[in-house]
Order: sequence, then C-alpha cells, then structure tokens
Amino acid sequence: MELIGLLNYVVYMAIFIGIYCLLALGLNIQWGFSGLFNAGIAGFFAVGAYTSALLTAPESGVHLGGFQLPVVVGWIGAMIAAGAIAWPIGKVCLRFRSDYLAIATIGVAEIIRLVVKSEGWMTGGARGVNKIPRPFGDLSYLYSQLAYLALVLAIVLVVYWAIERQISAPWGRMMRGIRDNEDAATAMGKDIKARRLEAFIFGAAVMGFGGALFAHFNRSITPEAIDPMIATFLVWIMLILGGSGNNRGALLGVAVVWIIWSASEFVTDQFPTEFAIKAKYMRVFIIGLLLQLVLRFRPEGILPEPQGTASSPEVKTTQKQEGAAE
Amino acid sequence: MPFMEFVNFYLMPGIVLGSIYALGAVGITLVFGILRFAHLAHGDLATFGAFTALGVVTIFGVSPWVALPVAMVVCASLAIGIDKLFYDYLSERPKIIVVMSSLGIALMLRAVVQVVWGVDTETYTRGIVRPDDYWGIRIRDREIYTIIAMFVIVGVLWAFLQKTRWGKAMRAMSDNPDLALLSGVDNRKITMLTWGIVGILCAASGFFLGINTELKPLMGWTMLLPMFAAAILGGVGRAEGAVIGGLIVGIVEETSVLFIPGEYKAALAFAILLLILLVRPTGLLKGKVL
Repeated sequence: MELIGLLNYVVYMAIFIGIYCLLALGLNIQWGFSGLFNAGIAGFFAVGAYTSALLTAPESGVHLGGFQLPVVVGWIGAMIAAGAIAWPIGKVCLRFRSDYLAIATIGVAEIIRLVVKSEGWMTGGARGVNKIPRPFGDLSYLYSQLAYLALVLAIVLVVYWAIERQISAPWGRMMRGIRDNEDAATAMGKDIKARRLEAFIFGAAVMGFGGALFAHFNRSITPEAIDPMIATFLVWIMLILGGSGNNRGALLGVAVVWIIWSASEFVTDQFPTEFAIKAKYMRVFIIGLLLQLVLRFRPEGILPEPQGTASSPEVKTTQKQEGAAE
Repeated sequence: MPFMEFVNFYLMPGIVLGSIYALGAVGITLVFGILRFAHLAHGDLATFGAFTALGVVTIFGVSPWVALPVAMVVCASLAIGIDKLFYDYLSERPKIIVVMSSLGIALMLRAVVQVVWGVDTETYTRGIVRPDDYWGIRIRDREIYTIIAMFVIVGVLWAFLQKTRWGKAMRAMSDNPDLALLSGVDNRKITMLTWGIVGILCAASGFFLGINTELKPLMGWTMLLPMFAAAILGGVGRAEGAVIGGLIVGIVEETSVLFIPGEYKAALAFAILLLILLVRPTGLLKGKVL
C-alpha cells in the first residue's frame, strides 16, 4: 500500500515536471536563443489552459463553452491563443531593448489575471472551468496517471525535437547571431524585429501548450490554480540554473529545481501551522537567493550552451574569466 | 455630472494617486537613465519602506510622520546594500541580467515582508478620517500632505540635480557615461548616490500609498506597472517628466471608472504604456530610449 502511494506521488511529480519542461523550453526559445525577457510566463500559461479547457469542456451554464471538441483541437487552440496574445505585445515592444518587453509582459500577465477573474461569463470566474476531459481519464487511477505521464513525456520529446531542429537550422544560428550582436546581424541584412517576433510567438505558443496540459491533467482550472509570480519565477530559475541556450540544460534545470522546491515544501509541512505559513515565504526567499548566486557564480548554468562559431567571442571570454575566478 | 462632483470623486483622488506614482516613477527614471536598466524590484522596495514605517509606528508608538524619515534612511541603506551585494557584480555583463536579478530581489523583499509582518492588511492609524471642505473641494489632511510632500521632495531633488556638483555629475552619467568617466566623475560614488536617492523615493511612495489606503505585501508590486508607465510617459531620465507622467497615469486611472468597469482600472497603466511606446517612445519630454 505504501509503495503504491509512493508510486502515485512519483508519477504525479513527474507529470508536473513534464509540464514545467514545456514552459522552460518555451522560455529557452525566447530567452536562451533570442535574448527576449518574458516576465509573464504565467499569463501565457493561463491563456493556454483556459482556451483548451473552454474548447473541450461540456456545457455548464456557468462559463462559455459546451463545444466539447476533441482534446487535440483544444491543444492547438491553446497554442494559437497564446501566440495571438504574444503578437501585439511583441509588435510594440521588440523594437526596443528587452527591458521594455519585461515590463510589458508583467502587464500582460496582470491583465490576463484580471480578465480571468472578472469575465465570469467566459471563464466561470472564481469557480473556474470544471469537468475538463482528460485523455485516458477512463482508466483506473494509477493507470490513468501513468498513461497521462507517458503522453506528457511524448509531447515534451516531440517539442524538444522540434526546437532542436529549428535551432540547428539556419534560423537558430541567425537568432543567436541577433542575440549576441544585433548590429552585425542588421548589417547582414537580417530583419531583427520580425525574427524576434517569430521567436517570441513560438515560445509563447509552447507555454500555452504547457498550460493546456496542466488544465487537462487537473480536469479543472481556476484563477487560484497557480501563483503567477512564483510560477514565472520558478521557470526562470529552472532555465538559468540548467543552462539557458541549451535545451537539455533547460530540462535538467526543471527536474533539479522542481525537486528542490517540492522537497522544501515537504520539509516545511512538518512544522507547526503558524510557522509553516512563514516557512512558505522563506522558500520563496531562498529561491530568489538561489537565482542571485547562480547569476553571480555560474551564469552559464549546469549545462552551458555549446559554444559554436556563432556566439560572440566577447561573451565567451568573460565567461571563461569568471570560470577561472571561481 | 456636476463639475464639483467630478473634482471631488475623480480628479482629487487621481492627483493623490498620481503623486504617489510620481514619487516612484522619479526613482525608476533615475535608475533607467543613470544606471540604464529597468529596476523591477522598485515596487517591492516601496512595500518594504511602507512596512518599515509601520514597524517604527508599532514599536515606538510614534506618529507615522515621524516614522517616514526613519523608513527613508532604512530604504536608502537597503538599496545601496542590495546594489553592493548583488547588482554590482553583474555590471560588466549585459544589462538585462541585472533586470533579471532585480526580479529576484523583488521576490526576496516581498518574502521578507511576508515573513516579518505576515500577509494581513495593516494600517498606520485606526479610525475613519472625514474629509474637510475647502470652498467645495473635499479633501483629507493626509491627501494635502501627500501632494505637498511630493512636490517638495521632487523639487529638492530637481534643485540638487541642477545646481550641485554631485547632481551635475549624475546628469552627466545619464547623458554620456563614457564622457562623464573621462571628465573625472567617480562612477561608483554616483551609483551609490543614485541608489540612496532611489531608496528615499521608494520609501516615500510606499509610505504615502500606505497612509492613503492600506498596507499589503503586494501593494508595491501592483504599483510597478503604473510607475513604469509614468516614467516612460514622461520620458526616461527626466525627473520632471516622471512627475507629469505620474499625475497623468493617476488621474486617468481614477477617472477611467466613469467609462470602463472598475476591475480594469489597473489595465489602464498598461494601455498607456503600450500607446506611448507605439506613438512616441521618447515620452512627452524627450527622454532616452534604451
């Protein structure tokens, strides 16, 4: 019995890791390969989750919907919707340095949260969307979980493969070129704005897909399902710690950070109640501190980006010097 | 709608809120202009300042107005300390790395507030203050003080930037860092000075938001977007622009409830931000564009 419980827990955790893998891969397209700062990951996640939920959920009278479309259609819709939200933001902000994008994406996440909360006719308000169909949901609990895990892992693999392909293609070399030396890339005749917009939308769509997988896994989605700042920040630390610009690094970072995060929750849950609430915030503090330490001592992450001819020598030398100073 | 009703219920609250935004936006514009990055921990530093003042009030039982200077000193030292401990080491790297670091600092500051003061809503003083009537304009004392304090603080800062040697050095750094360095401006001292001033401004904006509404751990974070909108609207690097921007954002937010549902008040700052980036990225007073 104990063993089954443990197995259930491991499978549950593994599914979450898979979902976070999609978010980290999406961020890697934006930040790792293109240098775009997206601080509104939770917003794109929510758009994907709600879109897929509304497209596939049965009629409830509370929220928009009753379309009961196949789950795959929901997923595609989630990616399109997240990309569609990213388009105007990128259009306005990508002309400037990434600081502006950072502020604007914080704003987008905030507004998506407002819309989800206040437009009850569409999203069901605080009650959210329930009875979302789940692939393999008819099997018994453990088998259903295992089947969903297999599905999530397969999707992560496909997305990983697609991104790797795209990044080793000329498009990927060009993106890294733009990231490392914008002036040189302009001189070579690259349309920087349009290329960045592509990367931003591509990344947002992957994040939306992650949201959709979360909604179908939980069978419900509410405004309180995730804490936007913490989710966004966790994905950032996962990518930076694992190694931005390296997809395998991103996946490794997800596993490491998620295990640390969950294990620390396990520890704080053992404390007496009044202390446990404060300990929860201490965990956030420690994650913030972890980011500072990684940025300072190991900015390239556990698995650094493979240094091809495409990256700028300037960046390489500073990283080497820092490595030597350690 | 009668004109006085508009003034009392929409324009005056807008000016008060705008003054609070302006105090924060001036700090943001200084960091943006002189140190050249978007400081995402600005709002949470303001939260920290507001709660520090609350701590002084509860421990020593003094009036909040006495606690404000204490909070300013604490925040200024904290801002300098954060720079020395974290941002300074990243100065040789692309600026966007510092932006990311500041996002982490924002979370850390908020976590400290939540651990020390809990997550409940707090106030400096209890009881309801009724507004006084001045020739038909209904306004509370604290609201008058907020507006006056904003103009005094920004006025002093403006005079400092225009007239003193240090102020001129700060403006030189903002205009052309290399040239300033060649002319013998001490980069490190200017950075420290900037963070000190930014800390003071943060504490002031957090304090005035707290005294006019209430104190919440998320109060500063929700102010971040309006403050950035104000700084960019006014023109990055321009202190007087940030004041104008702050007042515009505040007034637009408060009067917007006449036209759109109140829930979306917070979305207005975002709309202003996108609009100004679209039509005039240098802002109203021709600031910098990074």
